[in-house]
Amino acid sequence: MDDDTIVCRCEEVTVGEIRKAIREGAIDVSGVKRRTRAGMGLCQGRTCEKIVTQILVEELGEPVSTLEPATVRTPVQPVTFGLLAKGSHDD
Amino acid sequence: MREVDLAVVGAGPAGLTAAIEGAKRGCSTVVLDMNPHPGGQLIKQIHKFFGSREHRAGTRGIEIADTLFHEAESTGVEVMVRAEVYAIHDSTLEVAQTFGEDSPILPSKEATTSHSRSLSIVARRIVLAMGGAENALNFPGWTLPGVMGAGAAQTMINLWRVLPGERILMVGAGNVGLIVSYQLMQAGGEVVAVIEATPRIGGYGVHAAKISRAGVPILTSHTIVGASGESRVERAVIAKVDPSWRIVPGSEEELEVDTICIAVGLRPNARLASLAGCKLHYSPSLGGWVPIHNSRMETTVPRIYIAGDLSGVEEASTALEEGRLAGICAAASLSKERAGDPEEIKAIEQRLLSLRSGPFCQRRQDAKQELIGIAETQCPK
Repeated sequence: MDDDTIVCRCEEVTVGEIRKAIREGAIDVSGVKRRTRAGMGLCQGRTCEKIVTQILVEELGEPVSTLEPATVRTPVQPVTFGLLAKGSHDD
Repeated sequence: MREVDLAVVGAGPAGLTAAIEGAKRGCSTVVLDMNPHPGGQLIKQIHKFFGSREHRAGTRGIEIADTLFHEAESTGVEVMVRAEVYAIHDSTLEVAQTFGEDSPILPSKEATTSHSRSLSIVARRIVLAMGGAENALNFPGWTLPGVMGAGAAQTMINLWRVLPGERILMVGAGNVGLIVSYQLMQAGGEVVAVIEATPRIGGYGVHAAKISRAGVPILTSHTIVGASGESRVERAVIAKVDPSWRIVPGSEEELEVDTICIAVGLRPNARLASLAGCKLHYSPSLGGWVPIHNSRMETTVPRIYIAGDLSGVEEASTALEEGRLAGICAAASLSKERAGDPEEIKAIEQRLLSLRSGPFCQRRQDAKQELIGIAETQCPK
């Protein structure tokens, strides 16, 4: 994979930036996320998570099964602040 | 706040059958789905299914969706559409529901402000059946407009009647790649080529033959090198790969295309399960990280069950059976009276076993057994 190729579309993070983050100590998807913002955009890593994992496997030489799965946080789907501010209603 | 016996997330084949079985056993049941129509991926399956009669062979997926939805309604299930579950904690699901026009992408601005509501649903049992998510592939130019998942292209043509482009390159010759190629041709597109990185076509011969007969080349041991264009895809470069996946120098070929569809597999959409605290296990045969579940489809979190592609990427037929199993077991765990006939569970297990037999599916059966083995030590007794 070319260093210039984009991995995270939302935050425009490249293969090269992710490799650098791994060389600097990232050992899982969350580590890459904290260092580069890959997976922190609108889609929350739905598209790039697997590609980031693949780069981790290549760089670290470890199988996927030894990595920690990515952390998931609320909200798992995009929700507007307006809706959250309204609170929960009964019909 | 609403209280129900059973809340099901996802109105695809697994979710609907789980809900039907729950409701049949007297559970107050609600199904939540983010899409405007119930049925999951079935609603865009315009082709006839294969297999045995009990798995609706010869029926089109879209008709199965219809039948299941009506069966759900007649057993008293409440199906809520455009309802996104954005959080889950303990027994509570946080739901954002929008009303209004059938927007294919996002609700209109008005809909998000005035025609929407949030609600909390407290459920005694939860079945998660969110299905799978398409895998992405990155190559220079993959962020250009015109590169999309094959499933996305299928949604565009079969649901919204929009042809994504005129000259299409399909990447991946599994069943999704082959079927969507044929449907794109039916919709008026020209499929320039189907490429597949492995040395053999992954999908069924029938599907491959249909597009081959129409003159579409299926190039095995080929990969995509890149895409380029001014403001959208205008061309793609493909190349041969050797047995160790290296590009064969000098084999590059340029294709004039405006659309590149990616059909390189699905993975379980395990985000909500993960948020709920379900432990995951990495299983390549099942598509990636899968929530650990026991033979009753219960996860490592008590009272949360899973079914369908979320519990390992397979077919609609297995999703229908797993949904039933999850629904029956969830209902039975609520009261002895609802436990029903143990023969029923045995029959479902037999049918699942036969669906997972044969050289194609045996590894899935093995992977499922492995998961269930892990669950012995991690799931509630």
